[in-house]
Amino acid sequence: MSLDPRPAVIERRFAEVGRLIGVSGGKGGIGKTCTAALTALALARQGAAVGLLDLDFTGPCAHMVLGVEARIPREDFGVLPLQAGGLDFMSIACFSDGRPTPLRGAALSDALIEMLCIVRWGRLDFLVIDMPPGLGDTLLDTARLVPRFECLLVSTASRLATETVRRNLDLLGRMGVPVTGLLENMRHQASPAVETLAKAAGVPFLGAVPFDPLLEEALGDPQALEETAVFEAVAAAVRDHILDRA
Amino acid sequence: MHEWALAEGVVQTTLETARENGLRRVSVIRVTVGQLQQISPAFFQKAIDQVIPTDEPLLEGVSVAIETEEAACRCRACNTEFGVEEALDALGGDAAESIHFIPELAQTFMACPACGSPDYTVERGRGVVLAAVEGET
Repeated sequence: MSLDPRPAVIERRFAEVGRLIGVSGGKGGIGKTCTAALTALALARQGAAVGLLDLDFTGPCAHMVLGVEARIPREDFGVLPLQAGGLDFMSIACFSDGRPTPLRGAALSDALIEMLCIVRWGRLDFLVIDMPPGLGDTLLDTARLVPRFECLLVSTASRLATETVRRNLDLLGRMGVPVTGLLENMRHQASPAVETLAKAAGVPFLGAVPFDPLLEEALGDPQALEETAVFEAVAAAVRDHILDRA
Repeated sequence: MHEWALAEGVVQTTLETARENGLRRVSVIRVTVGQLQQISPAFFQKAIDQVIPTDEPLLEGVSVAIETEEAACRCRACNTEFGVEEALDALGGDAAESIHFIPELAQTFMACPACGSPDYTVERGRGVVLAAVEGET
């Protein structure tokens, strides 16, 4: 016998979390991390108890969006999330001291399972999960292990992004993962592409977030982030499509 | 300490295994703790003892046996097999502690001693494994 004891307790780690929303989209560079962080902040500003979990183990940067000093967290019968911008926060960046985390295959799965097992989230209304690009290990493991996992998908209007999201939707459908909706990001000019994709897939279109050159400067400062047009659009999507279903 | 989170997993998995196999009572829980995770067997035994539910008849009087397993790694770049003791001893406190929490961070803080590649597999001695559940049917 050689049994992994960790999966048996993952469900209880999330027993007091209301909704678990992964921000995905498959394609890299379409703004998943910023969308995840701003979604979490918008939910918190509406009075919800919110956590943000960065599961992009090989390219973590949610801590940079929030301006978190990533450090080894405190322990109390498990690992306790850090506090950042009014959120509970966890990332592999808390443990990696700014160094690369070159993980693949079984090692990536093992690291994810370890984190899901040892972090104590307590009572939250929402846990927003920043998912890595791609349709690989982390998405598959998260869908398998995290109870009541749902996905909020992000896409730009580029065909490169919408095609990847179309495949992402296909995969989530096969795995029975509910889709919160599809958000268009980095809009430069009006385009029906993302809304058309949402309608074709039968998922809610959450609206369009404008490309905002001021976002870069605001990174690392939650207050500054909340003054951007990006936050305003994400907050509207949160109000109209997430909180109304809480 | 975060070992309690893993101890909970051991106890829960033991209960599930015992029920699946129709055990009336579990007499021994055997656990293997991998060297890489740097968990003291005595400390982990204490953690397991503390998370065993006092009102669970399946685990009444159960004893816990913990063995350690030496870590063994194999480099994908040059195929060298190597241990981790020397490299772990050479690490600073925070780095070793990070690996204690998430053993895969060994690849962030330690490299193959032969070629310096961070691309290696941990073939044995990674973390906590439930090795056996012994009891009476």
